[in-house]
Amino acid sequence: MTTTAGTDVYLPFEDAIERYEPIFGIETHVELGTRSKMWCGCSTAFGAEANTHVCPVCLGLPGSMPVVNRTAVESTIRIGLALNCTIADWCRFARKNYFYPDMPKDYQISQYDEPLCFDGYLDVTVATEDGPTVVRVEIERVHMEEDTGKLTHAGGSTGRIHGADYSLVDYNRAGIPLIEIVTKPVLGTGALAPEVARAYVSELRDVMRALGVSDVRMEEGSMRCDVNLSLNRPGDGWGTRSETKNVNSLRSVERAVRSEIQRQASVLDSGGRVVQETRHFNEDTGRSTSGRSKEQAEDYRYFPEPDLMPVAPDREWVEQLRAGLPELPSVKRARLMGEWQISEFELQTLANAGAIDLVEATIAIGVEPSAARKWWTGELLRVANDRGLELESLKVTPADIKHVEQLIAGGALNDKLARQVFEGLIAGEGAVDEIVAKRGLAVVSDDGALLAAIDEALAAQPDVAEKIRSGKVQAAGAIVGAVMKATRGQADAAKVRSLLLERLGVDEQ
Amino acid sequence: MTISRDDVAHLGRLARLELSEAELDHYAGQLDVILQSVARISEVTAGDIPPMSHPVPMVNVFREDVVRPSLSRDEVLAGAPAAEDDRFRVPRILDEE
Amino acid sequence: MSDLIRQPAAVLAAAIASREVTAVEVTQAHLDRITTVDEQVHAFLHVTTESALAQARSVDLRIAAGEQLGPLAGVPLALKDVLAMKGEPTTAGSRILEGWRPPYDSTVVERLRAADIVILGKTNMDEFAMGSSTEHSAYGPTHNPWDLDRIPGGSGGGSAAALAAFEAPLAIGTDTGGSIRQPASVTGTVGVKPTYGGVSRYGQIALASSLDQPGPCARTVLDTALLHAAIGGHDPMDSTSIDAPVPGVVEAARRADVQGMRIGVVKELGGDGYQAGVAQRYAEALEVLQGLGAEIVEVSCPHMEYALGAYYLILPSEASSNLARFDGMRYGLRAGDDGQRSVEQVMSITREAGFGSEVKRRIILGTYALSSGYYDAYYAQAQRIRTLITRDFDAAFAKVDVLVSPTAPTTAFRLGEKLDDPIAMYLNDVATIPVNLAGICAMSLPVGLAPEDGLPVGFQIMAPAMADERLYLAGAALEAALVDEWGHHLIEEAPAL
Repeated sequence: MTTTAGTDVYLPFEDAIERYEPIFGIETHVELGTRSKMWCGCSTAFGAEANTHVCPVCLGLPGSMPVVNRTAVESTIRIGLALNCTIADWCRFARKNYFYPDMPKDYQISQYDEPLCFDGYLDVTVATEDGPTVVRVEIERVHMEEDTGKLTHAGGSTGRIHGADYSLVDYNRAGIPLIEIVTKPVLGTGALAPEVARAYVSELRDVMRALGVSDVRMEEGSMRCDVNLSLNRPGDGWGTRSETKNVNSLRSVERAVRSEIQRQASVLDSGGRVVQETRHFNEDTGRSTSGRSKEQAEDYRYFPEPDLMPVAPDREWVEQLRAGLPELPSVKRARLMGEWQISEFELQTLANAGAIDLVEATIAIGVEPSAARKWWTGELLRVANDRGLELESLKVTPADIKHVEQLIAGGALNDKLARQVFEGLIAGEGAVDEIVAKRGLAVVSDDGALLAAIDEALAAQPDVAEKIRSGKVQAAGAIVGAVMKATRGQADAAKVRSLLLERLGVDEQ
Repeated sequence: MTISRDDVAHLGRLARLELSEAELDHYAGQLDVILQSVARISEVTAGDIPPMSHPVPMVNVFREDVVRPSLSRDEVLAGAPAAEDDRFRVPRILDEE
Repeated sequence: MSDLIRQPAAVLAAAIASREVTAVEVTQAHLDRITTVDEQVHAFLHVTTESALAQARSVDLRIAAGEQLGPLAGVPLALKDVLAMKGEPTTAGSRILEGWRPPYDSTVVERLRAADIVILGKTNMDEFAMGSSTEHSAYGPTHNPWDLDRIPGGSGGGSAAALAAFEAPLAIGTDTGGSIRQPASVTGTVGVKPTYGGVSRYGQIALASSLDQPGPCARTVLDTALLHAAIGGHDPMDSTSIDAPVPGVVEAARRADVQGMRIGVVKELGGDGYQAGVAQRYAEALEVLQGLGAEIVEVSCPHMEYALGAYYLILPSEASSNLARFDGMRYGLRAGDDGQRSVEQVMSITREAGFGSEVKRRIILGTYALSSGYYDAYYAQAQRIRTLITRDFDAAFAKVDVLVSPTAPTTAFRLGEKLDDPIAMYLNDVATIPVNLAGICAMSLPVGLAPEDGLPVGFQIMAPAMADERLYLAGAALEAALVDEWGHHLIEEAPAL
């Protein structure tokens, strides 16, 4: 169905993909978790009061000079190795010159035509009708740069730039090491483009976590994605591409690709021209809005940074780092498939849900593997998807799962009650025990109370008793159901059944 | 290699300089002269000569990832033309970057 | 001790250490001198009276307590206003930094304090060090003590004039294309641009990062060497600083010997276009060196003619980037903020109001040279020329120990004479610029007065990177021979103020 958002028209995805081939690229910025900033010793700790982690260097005071953080270089090399890149023998930093109030020097120290890592790839798996398919996303480059200060906008009604009267700048974030990872254009994914894009970002995130170089929290901004996309008719040359920023979750990556395919297809279908522009993704609407026109590319006047010496990692150092790489996610998944005895598809479901680490952590503290998987990919994933959240932001921890499983094993809870416990955890009602107490969640194990409920149910459905006595034991289900309803799910269904049959003098078969 | 008034205006925008009309003419003329004299360097066939960006042949100058004291917030904001809420106050921004 | 202000630093330091005089007396004498003459000379932008006297008092106390202090303890110094000094005004000669007081010290200042050198104040300079006459200072020009109607050189005219006017026995300058050496040349004083990376640039307001060097200035070669040793050396805050001990400059200055030294006369520097009196004194100095046992050899550095062009592309390019931070947002001047205008407008109005014409000219030129489509023909090509010039120097130094030339083509010209002709102004640096492009070291010292105008002529000695001691070896020998011939240092002939 063709829809319209603002002045943009969106063709149905199936129609769009029937006529056009999408080519997309993803630029990801990862904030490294180093203790100090890229060029100075200021702390990178999150959440400090404004402008308390600032020094002459990161404030760009006249006369200040940068000095490279060794750990940042190391982390970049490790990321490059994990992404199968070539590590440069020799490279330099470059100045990217432009004016913006969040940039203390009004230039950003980055890398231009000499990135530290280049020509790599990351294999990602997506589910297709024919089963899981591996797509190789090629990596153009991985390079080092610095983050900017943080702007808040005052005086307007929305807190956004447009309509603001003035802005306020906090430079705590300025100078934090930022790694930029750029894919080569990804071709030939067709209708799978949104899934491939999402799978790429998800896998990339898992790689960063495995390396321990960043906490890669998309919602906190330590990992940010820009999505580039163009469409062309089969056989034609590449189309004009747009850039979509502010893509802050895996789901948004998928939606941004999908919606941009739909929008550009509509433009092209109507004989229009796709404008080279930067668009802003909106989480709520799942669409993007037009930002700055980039018809004329910015002239950043790059030149090699004269205040910094070239970075020339010797091969010994690189091999040392390569040898010290942890088990990468793809290798780990193969191992888990074996250990957990699950199929690749099941594993991919776990991976797509961002659940692998959580399941592993849950198993690590003693929960039975299938129970761990059941909760994370079942009830919790359902709730996460409903609310458009990531699993890990649900406020349910592996320890909570363990606790609940223990209560179930001990008979204090059943599955239905457990779901209510999770509901309470997600709503922030407190710890597991507090929720159980507050909500009065307890399996009714008092036989007397159960028998009373059974008798009531039997009285309400007299013909069922006859059916059961005459051998149709399945009819017991109706009574059990009634008792469960009456006890608000707090009875143990199996126990109810057995008490019922005993009551009626019928043997279990 | 002639540098025009419009060129100077464009460069002024790139460099955030609000040049006056008189300055646009003045600089265009002067820069033209300067550029002609520096243009001599194109006489040198230097295609295969590596550009020198650092006179000192050092590489891998690093510092350890150690936290050092920052300035106090008062020191940071001391020179600020305008400050509010412990932050630098800057005029309204038109474009998202 | 009579006439404290006319004594060299080494002599003052010894007198202070032996308690013949106090550091406070010495500092006060110089502060008084500043009060007397600086209205005419205008070398100083800001005199740090309180902190200077406090530092001097501290020196006296510690000497009295029997402490052994450094070789320049208690000696006063004038500091070019391009170096950050915590809590004191630092303007770089510009309106855009009027009133700014840095919250930190440059490394040079830290080392001066550690050496117990007494900083008297901040000296005048061409705005952001762009110039060869100090006429581009936003705070008015400095006047050459030899002739107050003439320029003291630039960009570090204030420091050189302070020395020549006996307002301080020591000074610090910075040299990007001759800004220490050319003022030294036209004021009859000594100035050295150390090997690039030899002195920390941390806290030095940057002009062209790949060319800038802070350096020592004084009235004698030995004083310059002592100051060089005090400020030089590796700094972890400056990634471009050399991780090696300071060359043995003091020892070399004391040895003062050119016996057997091979001295290369650069064919391309010192021929046509040089003032007659300059050429004459230059030739005479060569004869003196020969007489001292040096061997004079002619060498050619064929790419020298392209140095000016390369320099006036590299410098503006790097400067346009280094000066971008002056946008009125975090410190310094903010103009045009009426609460309605956008940040882009306020930045533009601020920079237009805060920068002088020479600065704006170079920013525009640099922005142009770096812009897409022009980068390769201009900036990149200039950097290639730089490689060629460096190779020329390397080839020359394979044959000789030092190279020489006149420091500048002329003696001090009149104020206003070259202001309207940027190219004429730039030509002042034709002999000094190649040194910065290659990152090697050089010294200018006075070798006489030009007969036609009675103004000082400077002689430039150049040495390979990291061989700064050779400058002092040759410079001190030449100086000694000339002082011997004249009976006094040349600066004693400067007219009384």
